[in-house]
Amino acid sequence: MFKEFAPEWEGFTPGRWSTTSVNTRDFIRSNFTPYDGDESFLAGPTEATKQLWAQVMELAKQEREAGGVLDMDTKIISTITSHGPGYLNKDLEKIVGLQTDKPFKRSLQPFGGIRMAQQACKAYGYEVDPSVVEIFTKYRKTHNQGVFDAYTPEMRLARKSAILTGLPDAYGRGRIIGDYRRVALYGIDMLIADKEHQKETHYVRMTSKNIRLREELSEQIRALEELRELGRIYGFDISRPAKNAQEAVQWLYFGYLAAVKEQNGAAMSLGRTSTFLDIYIQRDLNRGIINESEAQELIDHFIMKLRMVKFARTPEYNALFSGDPTWVTESIGGVSVDGQHLVTKNSFRYLNTLNNLGTAPEPNMTILWSRKLPFNFKRFCAKMSIRTSSIQYENDDLMRVTHGDDYAIACCVSSMRVGKEMQFFGARANLAKCLLYAINGGVDEMLKIQVGPKYRPVTGDYLDYDDVMDKYDQMMEWLAGLYVNTLNVIHYMHDKYCYEKLQMALHDRDVKRYFATGIAGLSVVADSLSAIKYAKVRCIRDENGIVVDYAVEGDYPKYGNDDDLVDQIAVDIVRRFIDKIRKHHTYRDSIPTMSILTITSNVVYGKKTGNTPDGRKQGVPLAPGANPMHGRDTNGAVASLSSVSKIPFRHAQDGISNTFSIIPDALGKDDRLFSGDLDLDRLRQEDDDETDY
Amino acid sequence: MKGNLHSVETFGTVDGPGIRFVVFFQGCPMRCLYCHNPDTWETAPHTQTDAEELIAQYLRNQQYYVKGGITATGGEPMLQPEFLTDLFTRARAHQIHTCLDTSGICFDPAHPETAEIILAVTDLVMLDIKHIDDGKHRQLTGRSNANILAFAQFISEKGVPLWIRHVIVPGWTDDPDEQLRLGQFLGGLRSLKGLDVLPYHDLGKRKYDALGIPYPLENVQPVSKETAAAAYAQVLRGIRMRLREEIP
Repeated sequence: MFKEFAPEWEGFTPGRWSTTSVNTRDFIRSNFTPYDGDESFLAGPTEATKQLWAQVMELAKQEREAGGVLDMDTKIISTITSHGPGYLNKDLEKIVGLQTDKPFKRSLQPFGGIRMAQQACKAYGYEVDPSVVEIFTKYRKTHNQGVFDAYTPEMRLARKSAILTGLPDAYGRGRIIGDYRRVALYGIDMLIADKEHQKETHYVRMTSKNIRLREELSEQIRALEELRELGRIYGFDISRPAKNAQEAVQWLYFGYLAAVKEQNGAAMSLGRTSTFLDIYIQRDLNRGIINESEAQELIDHFIMKLRMVKFARTPEYNALFSGDPTWVTESIGGVSVDGQHLVTKNSFRYLNTLNNLGTAPEPNMTILWSRKLPFNFKRFCAKMSIRTSSIQYENDDLMRVTHGDDYAIACCVSSMRVGKEMQFFGARANLAKCLLYAINGGVDEMLKIQVGPKYRPVTGDYLDYDDVMDKYDQMMEWLAGLYVNTLNVIHYMHDKYCYEKLQMALHDRDVKRYFATGIAGLSVVADSLSAIKYAKVRCIRDENGIVVDYAVEGDYPKYGNDDDLVDQIAVDIVRRFIDKIRKHHTYRDSIPTMSILTITSNVVYGKKTGNTPDGRKQGVPLAPGANPMHGRDTNGAVASLSSVSKIPFRHAQDGISNTFSIIPDALGKDDRLFSGDLDLDRLRQEDDDETDY
Repeated sequence: MKGNLHSVETFGTVDGPGIRFVVFFQGCPMRCLYCHNPDTWETAPHTQTDAEELIAQYLRNQQYYVKGGITATGGEPMLQPEFLTDLFTRARAHQIHTCLDTSGICFDPAHPETAEIILAVTDLVMLDIKHIDDGKHRQLTGRSNANILAFAQFISEKGVPLWIRHVIVPGWTDDPDEQLRLGQFLGGLRSLKGLDVLPYHDLGKRKYDALGIPYPLENVQPVSKETAAAAYAQVLRGIRMRLREEIP
């Protein structure tokens, strides 16, 4: 579809990416240079980097002292082009662009919900301008309002009792990754031409489905035009492809910046950019226009910008996510479908920012780990993990099977092909609470009101395994239906009132959509059922006959010890629930998936879940993700991991997380204190000061 | 055959090469002042576990242990020689790397037969030398170091790879001259393959409190890594001295 080989592409190997269609993966595959060496080539921070980073650290300090927020927009509604240019220090920055006109100033994003925007401002002593409030209450409907217009009373109740929890009905759903690389590779004009072509070649019969798509494609084209304008605001012409490394990083960053100016999503992940950018850097290095220090500087400045991404959020939101995360996840490494690893020098440069700028939780550097990664890279990752505790690992060998070799992680574990797949983020259903509903016939153990269907509660003093399982199965059936329908409402309204037009403009037209449900409390459920089956669990009822506590008599096998007696219960529950989810109609023909990944919100969920039959007390946090309950895995990490690894990925394809903390000293020995390969002959010959430690 | 065990750690990273399946034996004849596992001292029956069961558990997760293996530690594994031999023999049958972490206190130079049987199925010995000076060793552990040093020689003669572990405790093992002496002794061990100098820490104190045993090193401060690194260098110096004496 491209008429000619663009002059900016000179030196690249042509392919389908340059002749046929927008195809970033093909570009990478035909042009990247795998790197098997070690980290010795890396460069430290430049003076400019040090100076800029000191400035950022100072701003961060001021922000902390100001109570968590330094400045907020209360009047300008954030759009791709809403602000003039903003800088840290224009003369020093190699990569530019801020969300607003000033660093650390949080933008105003009311499309998800005006009340959330107001509360976020109020919490930090700001007030949204009344005219903005008026517009978004009287004239412009928000996602949040749309959702509540359609919610049933049952949905509202399930939300209130927190059996469905963390739902993206008042904030941006996020979890969509635009293929920001396309901006650098093609420039805006070619991308618009492609979108026009997509529109021209789409069905003309005006069903509601086709009308919606045509409208969305028009929105996407408008977003691309705005993105071109954003470039112009900063003095760049991004209508054409990037012609060198600096432009490539800059163009790509503009794409990402436009996304975070438009959306305050729960996770605004970056994708898989390091190997892509390496191609540009390598071309410049070969041409002798930059050196390694300059290459590292580009990446340092880029990462610095990603670390500065901030959103206006409420303290409750921050409590749910234990902090103020943006989930700027970047996926690094991995292996191609034909077995070639995808590590480049730039994979090292990304990790090296943790040396040059110090450690940070964002961007969330995620290694797509495979046995086939080069040894030097593995060793560097391990070294950086020990030094910084800032690296996340995901199993590439597992995910490649489903997603090929150009997928990335959104948020912490959700995998999707970049620019080809997206997901409808679905928060999670609390299966621990669901078990309590099964026991109490749908009555909430904390609110003491009927929330679920009025099924027969458990009678008798002791819980019987078959009886409880039977009731639990029915209660899960109800919950799955309610859950899917609630999410259908949410995503219909999000598409309608808070559509991610820029991010979707950086996708193909016909994307594959995942319907990403999730569960919380798996280990509590497994242990509870194990207690009921292998020990004796006595019910303790309140004056109204509601079971509010449990006495466990005897011991029982606990999840997290590689014991099939209980591990298979966990596996069974996962299968049952996703199968029940699969029975229901999902919005936009999306494919149901499930995650087990509450990494931080498990604390809040625990507060809202009563005493459970495993002996856990009300308020005690649920275990994060698929983790065993805290302290119940008593045979070390391998046994614990082994229990988790039994959970079938194909039934929890949106990810299974296991949070694993260990002090670095427990991971291995210090070279200065230990050697495991002494060579006496060599020792005899070397001087006393030669020993390398 | 069944052994009397304290516990199992499936993710051992500091008890031998690689990631290891670590079996903690129950019972120890030593009473080292800085022992951080006082809960493994008592020889009374604790958890009785079958060697075959342990091997089965290992094999189920063997992909984690690609460069690791099994480590027997404790407590003192050589207090249960039959079980230890059974465990290691079974491990060897599955090509599992076997590592014995011992104080060497059970070794009797007059009757080395048991040790010989065990060493025949052992790929690596990690021997803890508490003190090179016999008098101080007695104060520190309640026992003489003569048999321990003899065991080191014996392992060396048998050609079994040997790692030496030495803990730096303020006021006890922080004298550079004694560290040099230790090195000089080690330099004579031909199968020496590893040296591990550990800075004393007081993380074991909580266990003493829980067991109601007075903590013997109440006023001793934990040792910095730098201090331990200097000791490591000093021991190495001693090793070199000895090596040069023997083969100039």
